[in-house]
Amino acid sequence: MTHTAKAPPAPAQDEILISTRDLTKHYRIGGGLFGGPARVVRAVDGVTLDIRARETFALVGESGCGKTTLGRVMLRLQEPTSGTIRYRDTDLTDLGEGALRALRKNLQIVFQDPFASLNPRMRIEQILAEPLRSHGYGTPAEIRERCTELLEMVGLRRQYLRSYPHQFSGGQRQRIGIARALANKPDFVVCDESVSALDVSIQAQVLNLLGDLQDQLQLTYFFITHDLSVVRQFADRVGVMFLGRLVEVGTTEELFAHPQHPYTMLLMSAVPRPDPRRRGEPRPMMQGEIPSPMNLPKGCRFHTRCPFARDICRAEEPMLQTGGGPAVACHFPLEG
Amino acid sequence: MGRADPILSVRGLSTAFSGDRGNVTVLDDVSFEVGRGQIVGLVGESGSGKSMTALSLMGLVPQPQGRVSAREILLDGVDLARLDGAGMRRIRGGEMAMVFQEPMTSLNPVRKVWEQVGEPLAIHQGLGRREIRARVLEMFELVGIPEPKSRLDAYPHQLSGGLRQRAMIAMGLICEPKLLIADEPTTALDVTTQAQILQLMRDLRDRVGTSIIMITHDLGVIAEMCDVVNVMYAGQIVEQADVFDLFERPAHPYTRGLLASIPRANEPRAGRRMPSIPGMVPNLAKLPPGCRFAPRCGDAMPLCTRAPELAALGAGRSARCWLHAPDAAQPLEEMP
Amino acid sequence: MAAPATPATEPETLEDASFLRDTLRAFRKNRMAMVGLAFVVLLVLGAIFAPWVSPHDPYRVALDEQLLPMSHTYWLGTDNFGRDVLTRILYGARISLMVGIVPSLVSLTIGTVLGILSGYLGGKTDFVVMRLADMMIAFPSLLLAMVVMYTLGANLLNIFLALALVGWASVARVVRSQTLALREKEFIEAARANGTARATIMFAHIFPNVVPTLIVLFSLSIPEAIMWESSLSFLGVGVQPPEASWGLLVAKGKEYIFQAPSVAIAPGIAILLTVMAFNFIGDGLRDALDPSMKD
Ligand SMILES: Nc1ncnc2c1ncn2[C@@H]1O[C@H](COP(=O)(O)OP(=O)(O)OP(=O)(O)O)[C@@H](O)[C@H]1O
Ligand SMILES: Nc1ncnc2c1ncn2[C@@H]1O[C@H](COP(=O)(O)OP(=O)(O)OP(=O)(O)O)[C@@H](O)[C@H]1O
Ligand SMILES: [Mg+2]
Ligand SMILES: [Mg+2]
Repeated sequence: MTHTAKAPPAPAQDEILISTRDLTKHYRIGGGLFGGPARVVRAVDGVTLDIRARETFALVGESGCGKTTLGRVMLRLQEPTSGTIRYRDTDLTDLGEGALRALRKNLQIVFQDPFASLNPRMRIEQILAEPLRSHGYGTPAEIRERCTELLEMVGLRRQYLRSYPHQFSGGQRQRIGIARALANKPDFVVCDESVSALDVSIQAQVLNLLGDLQDQLQLTYFFITHDLSVVRQFADRVGVMFLGRLVEVGTTEELFAHPQHPYTMLLMSAVPRPDPRRRGEPRPMMQGEIPSPMNLPKGCRFHTRCPFARDICRAEEPMLQTGGGPAVACHFPLEG
Repeated sequence: MGRADPILSVRGLSTAFSGDRGNVTVLDDVSFEVGRGQIVGLVGESGSGKSMTALSLMGLVPQPQGRVSAREILLDGVDLARLDGAGMRRIRGGEMAMVFQEPMTSLNPVRKVWEQVGEPLAIHQGLGRREIRARVLEMFELVGIPEPKSRLDAYPHQLSGGLRQRAMIAMGLICEPKLLIADEPTTALDVTTQAQILQLMRDLRDRVGTSIIMITHDLGVIAEMCDVVNVMYAGQIVEQADVFDLFERPAHPYTRGLLASIPRANEPRAGRRMPSIPGMVPNLAKLPPGCRFAPRCGDAMPLCTRAPELAALGAGRSARCWLHAPDAAQPLEEMP
Repeated sequence: MAAPATPATEPETLEDASFLRDTLRAFRKNRMAMVGLAFVVLLVLGAIFAPWVSPHDPYRVALDEQLLPMSHTYWLGTDNFGRDVLTRILYGARISLMVGIVPSLVSLTIGTVLGILSGYLGGKTDFVVMRLADMMIAFPSLLLAMVVMYTLGANLLNIFLALALVGWASVARVVRSQTLALREKEFIEAARANGTARATIMFAHIFPNVVPTLIVLFSLSIPEAIMWESSLSFLGVGVQPPEASWGLLVAKGKEYIFQAPSVAIAPGIAILLTVMAFNFIGDGLRDALDPSMKD
């Protein structure tokens, strides 16, 4: 496979970089020798999605809805249960181990936890050099040169090359994680809660860095987060996930100005507003508990918590209407 | 608002740790008040000393490395700073209770929920099992646990995060404390669950009149919940204000920076880059001389190499900044 | 484009030092570890140069000098054949140290490789390795060692073999469980996401993170091996008299514990001190190898 050996021609504005069709990932838990019947967690349950070149596509949703799993399956860090993933002209779904490893230069990930994502026993230089070596970047001198360049690119001094991760603060570590992901000049980067663990004053720095690097290196971000505020300030488009499914997809402004899915609306109204004058305002609140992904209700998976649920919602699952514009999986989308 | 007769008045609280690398002062001269029925916020970034303040008040700072000293800690007229271990044990869980961040790790996984929630009653009021069970049931109803009867005999892992946190709050309130300290009670929860828990705490204040210290790093939570706010930075309180003043006319440059750098879900994206505070939180073992915020401060001046005091700026407001020193008095500008 | 936001205040330049130098410096600062090291070095030198260090012959039988108490000539007295106890301890150290170290290294190496493979690759590899390990652990180890010694003959090499055979399984189990935990860590996932080869991940990423455990296991397995050797010798399938090992010395000296306590107690103390010395060294090494302990 040499699809990606040469720099690809500049993509057209609407070029699709990554697309998934009906992607699912089910985990089977229990059901060992004495474990009783196996149960299936539908972590990702039929996701169809197109990500355009050079956009920031944010994926939001509550804990356990399958955001991380979707991100990993898209990069085939985990094997999908069914469905397909395409990257440019390549079908990733059943690409062999060797070809996939070669493609990994282009498909990268930045993790959530700046403390767990760097090997504590490796120096920064080793951490940055490793992806370069894995893809035969060049001579040791060239690799060293590139490491320095990477470090400076994320705003750290070159002296830090010989330090260990524990010598850095969370924000600095996250910069190192970003530098590592960018080592081989990828074009698609999954950011899995990459700023969630950072303090607000540092979070803004790292988001600005990600933005600058996107402009500079033509990156496409798949930006996973549970923080709607960050999404609004950072993303071009947003997908809202609920129990393994996308329930709404749209541009950031459309989605925030006119949420169509009741879940999106409730999610947004739950975000604490940093404005004490507005605290008295009545707001819709979600009642009850989210159903378990092991035991999904029949019909729309949101109906048990939906204030607008009707009979059809209990019987029939609405499908995400895809097509150019905003898409929503609801029998009775809210009026704009 | 009960400022005349506060339920809690802390004066000159300082906490230091001694370790292999010398002494580290993690709290430096912390003073604040909590009025009756007030919700007082303690906000600051990671490591600023919020939890340490709570632990110092509760007498739970790890011994013998930690040393706590205070001029006085008056809880409804009783000076906790003069109490011995046995005296503090009587207060803890009785007149003053605490709710922790991690609802999972602060409950013992092998004991039934009702036994744990009712434990303070056994300790402080010597009630029997039947009475305790009845009280716990009442508390479960108060904190809005659905089907409270059937949850009594549950084990912690059988409850969702939101329910566990409700149970923790029930435990905190079961002896009708004069003061409830909530240390990041919603940080581990989803926004929709967070909204429910915050609503619950507001209700409890309104109905039961509990005074609450609300510890958080989220200015949104502060704006939703608090009457009065203390902003902490590197172990010191840098600003104290009424919540409206704080958000509309922040006095300290750190507060201003913080307010500017929080991403807002309810406002469209302003531009490509977000305002951020440069630099990072100082290491408490290697503090800069003078003002601890000066190295990151856009308004730093030569005077800032001397440590500013927390100076009063009029009714219930104070700031630790030379910009507001009595001689250099300056009107506060409106936030745009 | 503009340079990305550089934090205005970064900490002063972090010092640059080689890993080895860091480690050595950290190790040297650990007083107990240095004491342990000094003891082991002295012991090794004493064992190697025993003929020059000691004026006595370890094998010369002098029936008129049986079980003498401590004296200027015989610092720790003599045994039931009139041989100098201190000299026998020095000679015994040759065998006991080797028995302590060599099989431990062998079982550690085998156990580590199999443990990492088993934990990281999972599947069939894991199944086969773990069932093998279960068998080794379930089988009474003393019996196993004895079978080896009986069938292959009682000599030092076979003792090594028997002990390594007994030891690797528990090492493999510990290493496997650590590998399983490490495999889920984000930094390993990051390496996978980068297209790093599996062998590199296992031996460049995972291995350094199990080293501290290995060091602890090593310092625990030395005394264990010394004890094993004494059991085998005691049962007559280990080191054969008149050769001396510490285990054998204790075993034989036990019979005279009331007439001449030093005959059994002195080698016992030698075992104790050596075991402690290795534990100190192990602790020191573990701390010295941890990058976060070096500030
Ligand atoms: N290896 C696994 N085996 C079994 N179940 C799993 C596994 N990984 C994830 N799950 C389950 O799949 C569901 C989705 O998990 P995932 O980590 O993708 O959620 P998430 O949206 O990233 O949540 P969070 O915001 O908490 O990170 C959860 O119910 C989780 O328990
Ligand atoms: N046992 C200890 N020994 C020495 N220093 C400690 C100890 N426990 C906490 N500290 C230090 O005290 C400071 C204040 O910690 P604290 O837990 O109060 O922060 P926080 O504001 O609650 O932060 P977070 O938002 O991360 O919970 C930190 O710098 C921390 O490193
Ligand atoms: Mg996740
Ligand atoms: Mg805290």
